[in-house]
Amino acid sequence: MKKGGQKFSALVVDDNKMIRKVEEKLLARFGFETKVVENGEKALKLFDDGYTFDVVVMDMEMPVMNGPVATRALRARGVDCMIVGVTSCGDGPEKAEFEASGLNCCWEKPLNAEIVGTILNKLDNKMS
Amino acid sequence: MEIVGQLQKQFVDFSTSLNHEGFLDEQYLQLQKLQDESNPDFVCEVVSLFFDDSEKLLNNLATALQQQVVDFKQVDAHVHQFKGSSSSIGAQRVKNMCVAFRNFCEEKNLDGCLRCLQQLKHEYFLVKNKLETLFRLERQIVEAGGTVPVIG
Repeated sequence: MKKGGQKFSALVVDDNKMIRKVEEKLLARFGFETKVVENGEKALKLFDDGYTFDVVVMDMEMPVMNGPVATRALRARGVDCMIVGVTSCGDGPEKAEFEASGLNCCWEKPLNAEIVGTILNKLDNKMS
Repeated sequence: MEIVGQLQKQFVDFSTSLNHEGFLDEQYLQLQKLQDESNPDFVCEVVSLFFDDSEKLLNNLATALQQQVVDFKQVDAHVHQFKGSSSSIGAQRVKNMCVAFRNFCEEKNLDGCLRCLQQLKHEYFLVKNKLETLFRLERQIVEAGGTVPVIG
């Protein structure tokens, strides 16, 4: 929880409906107020419309606009919130490229309680 | 009461065996823990999405591999999707099959890919069957007036 009892906010960016549903529920269980979108372009639009989030959970491969492109664009716009990459790519050049696009960290799918707990700890530490 | 006890034992034994045989891993348990009174059908909804998704992907894969000139990048993209969704639901054997499949895509090995597709279909229908049995047991327990045991 943030100070003043406010919830942390999260944005899930993934083209798979099933994964969006699972990640949203998982984050909500940890007290996050969560929004979901299906690609990087829609994520950018939310930020351009004035939304802010404490953390963005960004899938790597998506149609229209993928994770690395969206992350680079967000950082270029001065968005400095936590951006966490999730990918089913394993270690390799694609993951390295994704990390280099401006992620705070990158995890192997699936998002689970342990990862969300780690994200929450980092956000709590940032707050204090 | 006795019948509820029997059904519950069946459920626990079956769930445990699914885990031991590698059909469902830790991730499935995490999904079950996310289900609560505010969302009592969460697992069923997620699993239904997985079934729909998977069957589309299997069709797409079959089509892609039947082309005169196979686009292995496209095949890989479909397998990648399948790997993502199967790992999110804890369908471990399906996920592992996807990993093997991707290797054949990288090698542009058509025979390997075709064999993998058959094995992937096999693993998917196996886990689908297991999940449907699990849900049936849950329904029977609830209908008999009992509560579904929490595993793990």
